Amino acid sequence: MDIWIKVLSAALLVGMLVFIYPRMRNAMQNAPKGTQQDWMGYIIPVLAVAGFVLLLIMLVRH
Amino acid sequence: MQNNPFVVTRPRTAALELNTVIRNTYSLLSLTLLFSALMAFVSTSMEMSRIASLFCSIGALLLMWFVLPRTANSGAGIGVVFAITGLLGLSIGPMLNHYLALHNGAQLVMTSLGGTGVIFLGLSGYALTTRKNFSFMAGFLMVGMFVIVLASIGNIFFHMPALQLAISAAVIMLMAGFILYETSQLIHDPNANYIVATVSLYLSILNIFTSLLQILGVFSKDD
Repeated sequence: MDIWIKVLSAALLVGMLVFIYPRMRNAMQNAPKGTQQDWMGYIIPVLAVAGFVLLLIMLVRH
Repeated sequence: MQNNPFVVTRPRTAALELNTVIRNTYSLLSLTLLFSALMAFVSTSMEMSRIASLFCSIGALLLMWFVLPRTANSGAGIGVVFAITGLLGLSIGPMLNHYLALHNGAQLVMTSLGGTGVIFLGLSGYALTTRKNFSFMAGFLMVGMFVIVLASIGNIFFHMPALQLAISAAVIMLMAGFILYETSQLIHDPNANYIVATVSLYLSILNIFTSLLQILGVFSKDD
């Protein structure tokens, strides 16, 4: 049964790839390009999220 | 009735429409999260099997890919959203039962839940208050999702704990990006659809929760 769950899960993920691929190509071709400042607007909050997750890890270890 | 020359009939402004889309999105998101939590509770109580949970996930994905695009601009779309979030809520039952069976399982689940809430509120608040346009991230996010799904397929068959941990961490970072992107699309995209936005934000929240639970589950072990 376990092998069938793995096969089904993999099939589902392959289906996701098929669904994502044309959207990925379209986004790469048509999305506007960001400046360095734009990317910092993403990187800084994501670093804050990473720091928060580390805090949660420390919380559950004690 | 006399026409009063000092009364000006204002057309509906873009700001009012924007606020309506945002309000509808977050209202629907709140309701679907509650419904999904209820379905997750039902699934854990029934001790749903992994194969049943997988079929629920497949059902939800089929609804998202084939039914939602056709109904997103009608009232039926709301029913489809509840169906999707309900099925996904049912699908996480086995995972929750696995972690609840641990000695600190309840703490792990509640910490993940609270952490997910803080992350989502923080990122949404940041996107809404700064009103930055994150549309430039579309390509990066789609490529990131593609790579993560590819890595997940490999992990299913090779089952490497380090890879699983890396995938979970990457999912959290990517979903953080999706929250910023989707929230900024609500503000800047004049064709933003609150039903589609609700599903996107829900998926980001669900993925952050499950990934956070996996990471905290690994690091909370005593060995």
